[in-house]
Amino acid sequence: MHPVRRQRLLLVLFVVLFSSLAIGLVSYALRGNINLFYPPVDVVSGKAPTGHSIRVGGMVEQGSVRRSEDSLEVSFMLTDYKASVPVVYVGILPDLFGEEQGAVASGMLDSEGVLQATEILAKHDENYMPPEVAYALENAGFDEKGKIK
Amino acid sequence: MMPEIGHFALIIAFCLTLMLAVVPAWGAWRGNATAMALAPTLAVGILVFVGISFACLASAFLQDDFSVALVASHSNSLLPPIYKFAAVWGNHEGSLMLWALILALWTAAVAVFSPQLPLLVLSRVLAVMGAIGVGFLSFSLVTSNPFARLLPSTPVEGSDLNPLLQDPGLIIHPPLLYMGYVGFSVAFAFAVAALLGGRLDASWARWSRPWTNIAWGFLSLGIMLGSWWAYYELGWGGWWFWDPVENASFMPWLAGTALIHSLAATDKRGLFKSWTVLLAIFAFSLSLLGTFLVRSGVLTSVHAFATDPARGMFILVFLAIVVGGSLTLYAFRAPTVSSRVTFAWVSRESLLLCNNVVFLVATLTVLFGTLFPLIVDALGMGKVSVGPPYFNAVFVPLMVLLVPFMGIGPLSRWKGDDIARWRSELIIPALAAVACGLTFPLLNAPYNIWVALSVLLSSWLCLGLAQDVWRRLRNASSAARGLRRLTPGYCGMLIAHLGFAACVIGIVATSQYSLERDLRMSPGDTQELAGYDFKFVEVTQVRGPNFIADEARVVVSRDNAIVTTLLPQKRRYLAGGSVMTEAAIDPGLFRDLYVAMGEPVGNDGAWAMRLHYKPLVRWMWLGAIFMAVGAFTSVLDKRYRGQRGVVHSDSKAALHGA
Repeated sequence: MHPVRRQRLLLVLFVVLFSSLAIGLVSYALRGNINLFYPPVDVVSGKAPTGHSIRVGGMVEQGSVRRSEDSLEVSFMLTDYKASVPVVYVGILPDLFGEEQGAVASGMLDSEGVLQATEILAKHDENYMPPEVAYALENAGFDEKGKIK
Repeated sequence: MMPEIGHFALIIAFCLTLMLAVVPAWGAWRGNATAMALAPTLAVGILVFVGISFACLASAFLQDDFSVALVASHSNSLLPPIYKFAAVWGNHEGSLMLWALILALWTAAVAVFSPQLPLLVLSRVLAVMGAIGVGFLSFSLVTSNPFARLLPSTPVEGSDLNPLLQDPGLIIHPPLLYMGYVGFSVAFAFAVAALLGGRLDASWARWSRPWTNIAWGFLSLGIMLGSWWAYYELGWGGWWFWDPVENASFMPWLAGTALIHSLAATDKRGLFKSWTVLLAIFAFSLSLLGTFLVRSGVLTSVHAFATDPARGMFILVFLAIVVGGSLTLYAFRAPTVSSRVTFAWVSRESLLLCNNVVFLVATLTVLFGTLFPLIVDALGMGKVSVGPPYFNAVFVPLMVLLVPFMGIGPLSRWKGDDIARWRSELIIPALAAVACGLTFPLLNAPYNIWVALSVLLSSWLCLGLAQDVWRRLRNASSAARGLRRLTPGYCGMLIAHLGFAACVIGIVATSQYSLERDLRMSPGDTQELAGYDFKFVEVTQVRGPNFIADEARVVVSRDNAIVTTLLPQKRRYLAGGSVMTEAAIDPGLFRDLYVAMGEPVGNDGAWAMRLHYKPLVRWMWLGAIFMAVGAFTSVLDKRYRGQRGVVHSDSKAALHGA
């Protein structure tokens, strides 16, 4: 074979080998690491899997935030005004977390339907709404104040 | 009056960019020297008018002109003046103005600092940059006019700048990041100009290389500052979140890293020409894609501003024109510029190719992970998010793959090399690197396989570089003379690669050794973390210029000797009423101590507190600074001074001859 062609062939083989390696890596990494988003109504109706990391977003229900007296455990309800999901989180909440504010919690559902959250995201400025929360409310047919649209 | 002048100047600048995009390109096509010679003047004119416009906007912010809608919604009379100025780009419209200003800056810089460039090439390059300017200025004028007024119902007071942004980080992070982002437009313009001219020679690579290096250096600094800002401002000690917007700045950086290495091969050996052109297109397209992701708000991110679909659409169309247009041009022209140079498999060219493949694959995997939620959403398969575990799982192995080649790279020879020579040169660095990897716990660190691996790889990198420097010095008659013979280009490479090694160690050590505890602490409580005692003394009320805060006093001691007193705050901003955590950090070269306040818990004055111990976290940022310094150093190389340098040495020779 002509040396230039042989070089080119080897190059192509190298690129193919390497990219298939990369694709393998990507699909392996994707399999375990994507978090599906569920609106509260889907979680309550049992569409969300238990034992797998998911995200749930909605408004924090008024009067539902309870802090433990002796630890950093917090529990609250996330709602899309059709259904509410109880969430438990241990740790420090983001600054803009509050009742009647949008929030997204990620974590696993336990057997009692409580979301054991490992991360809480709140909006980061006054006028911003996480797109997922907006989507969940839209889905349920309510606006962010809980009024029917 | 001022805002109207600013608006008017922006419109004039827009007309000038239109002229710059059309007239010199027409001149280059027709061979009309007068039209081509207009390009540098127009470029400077654009800078002047965008500058005036930007100055008008800034003065509106500084003078609290709340009749301007942008000022009313993003500033406040209580804001310290420096933040009023930075608030100019702390919002969508203003950040576009900053983008336009920096684009004008780069365009004018190319016009002014390229006397050695043939007029034909220069006019094409500037025309392409003018066309990009047309896109951005029309975006600004049509969809996001920063000078819109609130008349007659002018508010008395502005709503506040988002407290997260009231920080020195806002003053320097966006300008530096944009310098990098927009700087790739120069590499892009050179590539497109070369495609238009159908001539891609070594001189093309030599012209565009310094610009690309500078842009890459700025991008490195910008990303590093963003990471550092997030670390101390967001209050939970993370420094990289694989957030879509971080990825948006990281992808051009990855593609740019591939580009600067591929440019080296094109410059020195005339190789990979069409590939380099493609990378230049790719890097700038990723910058634009980043802008789209940030500005359209299609993804959940800490950087998303309140959104407007028209804006997203505009950038998407612009992106399609730029990518589609340049790729079409590439498809027609690239075959004519391909190279016929060959190289052996064992050579520096192959190693650079490895670099390129690794960085390209890394870019694509990050791109895929970033866009995956959008794809799934568009297919109606639900809303997903791709978390950090994905990115870590694909990114870390790629970097591990990279470093072994990186250690050989500087030592290797162009065109063809010899494995036996590599072996004899590198056997000592290799053994020493393994020894470092095995013995680092002697530095009083617990054994950890990942840290061991990172120490092994980094020391392999550094020792390989040291071996190469020594090899260059030992052939010189004296060490001083040998050192003097190292070119700035080589020194730049050295510094940047050392920076990369520091970065690797910093990232791995921080990820593996960091300790974090979220605790409930009452005044008087002491908690121990990593051998340090954190004593929570009291909480007092303090007042800032535009906030009031609860400030905790935490005395940190070790073996009963006081190390430092940390004063984290919980601020409430007066204008918007929003609450913000201000972490307190005791920085150090080998460890950071980090305290942030959560919220009050219970009734006895107890607070939720977050304590961090972060070893070597600074190394990562220092490494990024090294990389940028390396990139800037390499630009000083004589070879980029082009013909002027040649003429100079010729005249010298003539003098000597006489």
